[in-house]
Amino acid sequence: MGRAVSALLRKELRLELRTPQVIPAMALFGVTTLVIFHFSLQRDTVEGDLAAGVLVVTLLFAAMLGINRLFVADHEEGGFDGFLLAPVDRTAMLVAKALALTGFLVVVELLLVPAFGFLLLGPAMTFELLWKVAAILLLADAGVAIVGTLVGALAIQTRARDLIVPLIGLPLLVPVVIGAAKALAPALDAAGAGALPGRWLAILGLYDLVFGLVAYAVFDFLLED
Amino acid sequence: MAAPPTIELEGLTRRYGDREALSDVTLTLEPGATLVVFGPNGAGKTTLLRVLATLLRPHGGTARVLGHALPAEAWRVRGKVGFLGHAPLLYRDLSARENLAYYARLHDVPAARVEELLERVGLADRASDPVHTYSRGMVQRAAVARAVLHDPPVLLLDEPTANLDPAATHLVDELVGKGSGRTRVVTSHDPVGGLAEADVVLGLRGGRAEIVGPPSREVGRDAIGALYR
Repeated sequence: MGRAVSALLRKELRLELRTPQVIPAMALFGVTTLVIFHFSLQRDTVEGDLAAGVLVVTLLFAAMLGINRLFVADHEEGGFDGFLLAPVDRTAMLVAKALALTGFLVVVELLLVPAFGFLLLGPAMTFELLWKVAAILLLADAGVAIVGTLVGALAIQTRARDLIVPLIGLPLLVPVVIGAAKALAPALDAAGAGALPGRWLAILGLYDLVFGLVAYAVFDFLLED
Repeated sequence: MAAPPTIELEGLTRRYGDREALSDVTLTLEPGATLVVFGPNGAGKTTLLRVLATLLRPHGGTARVLGHALPAEAWRVRGKVGFLGHAPLLYRDLSARENLAYYARLHDVPAARVEELLERVGLADRASDPVHTYSRGMVQRAAVARAVLHDPPVLLLDEPTANLDPAATHLVDELVGKGSGRTRVVTSHDPVGGLAEADVVLGLRGGRAEIVGPPSREVGRDAIGALYR
């Protein structure tokens, strides 16, 4: 399966590098959302629970754009058929797409987290704060990528793709929102970066594991005729 | 002992909703033989190719390719058929070389085969250009190269020389023509050219097989012409 995953992943990255579509759209949408939060909250700075909520919701909405676009080239240019004709494990597409989406999310976060720090966050962006945020977001990204790939593969088969992704994806990702927001809140507190809450990190990890297994079990059927 | 037929269909049926796109199609194709499928638009030609390629599941009857039953043993068939449909199955923003290299990795084919095929279909000079800059004929040549990249014993070809000029037709004919030595299923609207290369003719209308058999006085231009009336 490694060969197929590598081939698919290289193709995904090459397509995004050749004609950047997903990352610029996600980043622009995310920055716009932060600006909207900045004005609509009517506060110069946020911290703690509110800061965590704003950051997680912004990243989640930006992720929806990426999920919507994840299978478009494969669907419109016949890549699905080309892949299905190859003698490879179909789960390779799940793994490659989830890895690609994780990569896109990380790149977008590299832009959005500093923007969030500049536009809204009260506490200073210290190195300690950054690595804690990075650890939490990486766990959240894995969940978003797994569920996003599953929902994206389901949605692309339908005419109402743009509706299916948020309608199914957002409810499924509520545990990620809760887990990530709860884990981020102490780190973003005005009193200084608190310790990483192990319980919420464990919940995020468990979510990733459970949905990883679910996705592995059902992905094959999503690609079936 | 004689080799088993490459393709065996017995009462093959495939539906889209309530509509039967293929209805009770029965035929046998021996190794190395060419089946030419005629029929007006919507007759079921493309559906037949997609069922044989394992991209669609049969809804009734039996279908065996290279001795493997579909869909139960579809995984054994994948990688042994070369499929050339109406869509080229190429990413428009990647070059022909990048597309073929991607499929080569999926099929575990050496990279040298990519360069060999680019040369053979006359695309070596433009191999690094994005596919969306190609003419329709160039896209079709790249698609032919993709279809034969893994040297499949069975070719499923939906009007393979559409969009090609005579010189390009000659180029791809070496790869997917009768002389390629592969078992082929080819759709066509050209009775003269189609009959010339057919070992078996299948005439479809409304999903039903109205003509099945080797070319003969009964299975000839008149019978094929009647399919379109």
